[in-house]
Amino acid sequence: MSNDREILTGEHFMNGNVACAEGAIAAGCRFFAGYPITPSSEIAERISERFPEIGGIFIQMEDELASMCAILGASWGGVKSMTCTSGPGFSLMQENLGLGVMMETPCVLVNIQRGGPSTGLPTLVGQQDMMQARWGSHGDYEIIALCPSSPQELFDFTIKAFNLSEMYRVPVLVMGDEVVGHMSERVVIPPKEKIKLLPRRMYTGPPEEYLPFKPDKDLVPPMVIAGEGYHIHITGLTHDEKGYPEISAEAQKKLVPRLVNKIKKNADKIIEIEESNTGDAEVIVVSYGISARTSLRAIELAREEGIKVGMLRLITVWPFPEKRIYQLASKVAGFVVPEINLGQIVYEVERAAKGKTRATLVPHAGGHIHDPKDILQAIRSTLK
Amino acid sequence: MSRQEIKFTGFGGQGIILVGYILGKAASVYGGRNSTMVQSYGPEARGSACSSQVVIADGGIFYPYVTNPDILVTMSQEAYSKFFPELKEGGILIIDEDLVTLKKTKKKMTMFSIPATRLAEKMGRKIVANIVMLGFFAELTQAVSFEAMEQAVATSVPKGTEELNLKALHEGRQYAQNILQAGKKDN
Repeated sequence: MSNDREILTGEHFMNGNVACAEGAIAAGCRFFAGYPITPSSEIAERISERFPEIGGIFIQMEDELASMCAILGASWGGVKSMTCTSGPGFSLMQENLGLGVMMETPCVLVNIQRGGPSTGLPTLVGQQDMMQARWGSHGDYEIIALCPSSPQELFDFTIKAFNLSEMYRVPVLVMGDEVVGHMSERVVIPPKEKIKLLPRRMYTGPPEEYLPFKPDKDLVPPMVIAGEGYHIHITGLTHDEKGYPEISAEAQKKLVPRLVNKIKKNADKIIEIEESNTGDAEVIVVSYGISARTSLRAIELAREEGIKVGMLRLITVWPFPEKRIYQLASKVAGFVVPEINLGQIVYEVERAAKGKTRATLVPHAGGHIHDPKDILQAIRSTLK
Repeated sequence: MSRQEIKFTGFGGQGIILVGYILGKAASVYGGRNSTMVQSYGPEARGSACSSQVVIADGGIFYPYVTNPDILVTMSQEAYSKFFPELKEGGILIIDEDLVTLKKTKKKMTMFSIPATRLAEKMGRKIVANIVMLGFFAELTQAVSFEAMEQAVATSVPKGTEELNLKALHEGRQYAQNILQAGKKDN
């Protein structure tokens, strides 16, 4: 089934979660498995309304473990797949997120963050899963995570997430938050031909020569679709290029560093940041998601006082733009890092600055966004 | 025009969130301005105080919340008690006069009142009281053009109720025009 309901080209006034669902549909996602959880539920709700009219499959699963597993299976079945969650659901998805990394399975996981730990603040905002996004599953791995600051970006970045996941064969995380998910703003959905989609990297050679985990030059192996005549084996165990389990230090050394390096060595191509007025800045605010918007208000106030403040907004949080942070570190009196947690990305900024300058956290325990005055105060203090 | 903060308040079930949504849509999709709408989001049930917050600006909107509304619209006593202290000094208060009794005022403020629910009942459908209020609000504040508001109403209400809702919008506008006319005569 294909019709003009697939991409709702035009100008809309919609909340971020609905925009995320539309972004997924525009990206060609046709399989969604999830377990509703506040404040992400509108994504599942919208998809469940929209998929029947465009021929997608929506399944409400028994829990988040199964949801994550189902989208991995669907991806190997040849369809773009997604799930969304929040808070405790994100914790439950970690194990199978790691399975997705190990099996190099393209898929998208959206986390509309709320305050934690545990059930925490179901209806209120947090940005406390940023390190969990990086390190939440066991073992060594690299992942890609994007941080939208508006409903428009929830639309755009969901498409971007699908493209990156196909390009690098890795689950991609969209790390939204309750405020961005629930706020309504103008969302422009472009015509179909203006939406750039990256197709799956497919292997087309003879089946007898196919090695499902033999990488191309950029360290990413091409894929096949289950049921099309290629006999393949996929597993969470350490495996050889055939995909067969091989429990040895040699196999581990061949596989896991490649999984890490396919992201690390392509980091310059993956990373996106947005800079404003960093050229002559005395202080640079490094922020992401909804906190980046609060920061922009604080920066306006600081400029009124004559302080030269720049902004570096993380669009890609993982992999982290450490090279750029290091370049800027020697030019400024300090970085100011507002985030709705008690310190996560600030440590990454500190690490990347390598002692060239200091990074000051503007913490918020969650439940609301920062008062711009608190960020302004940190900017002022940096220059003292 | 610079940043304008508007808060619609009332009780769950009155369509308070919907009018915030319609205003935001009118401003940003049909009115050539920018707008952000956030709603109070919690375990509130039907009947308790709720609000929707709309920021309208010609430039970028960074901070999305309304802290001190320039315009506070209130359609229930509980919401009035809860949200009135937030009204900006010199701001505009708009009430449904049958549902809200003023207990306190601010030194510098302008107040407009309309029996929005009663007018909706006269139209035969109490449920459109929120849209009557929106028409009243639109005419008084000129925050967005009335044409933009009409388009936003027509594309936001359930199919089949467009005519009724547009009639309600005009009802509220007419009531505002009458007040403004009467005000001019007084001067």
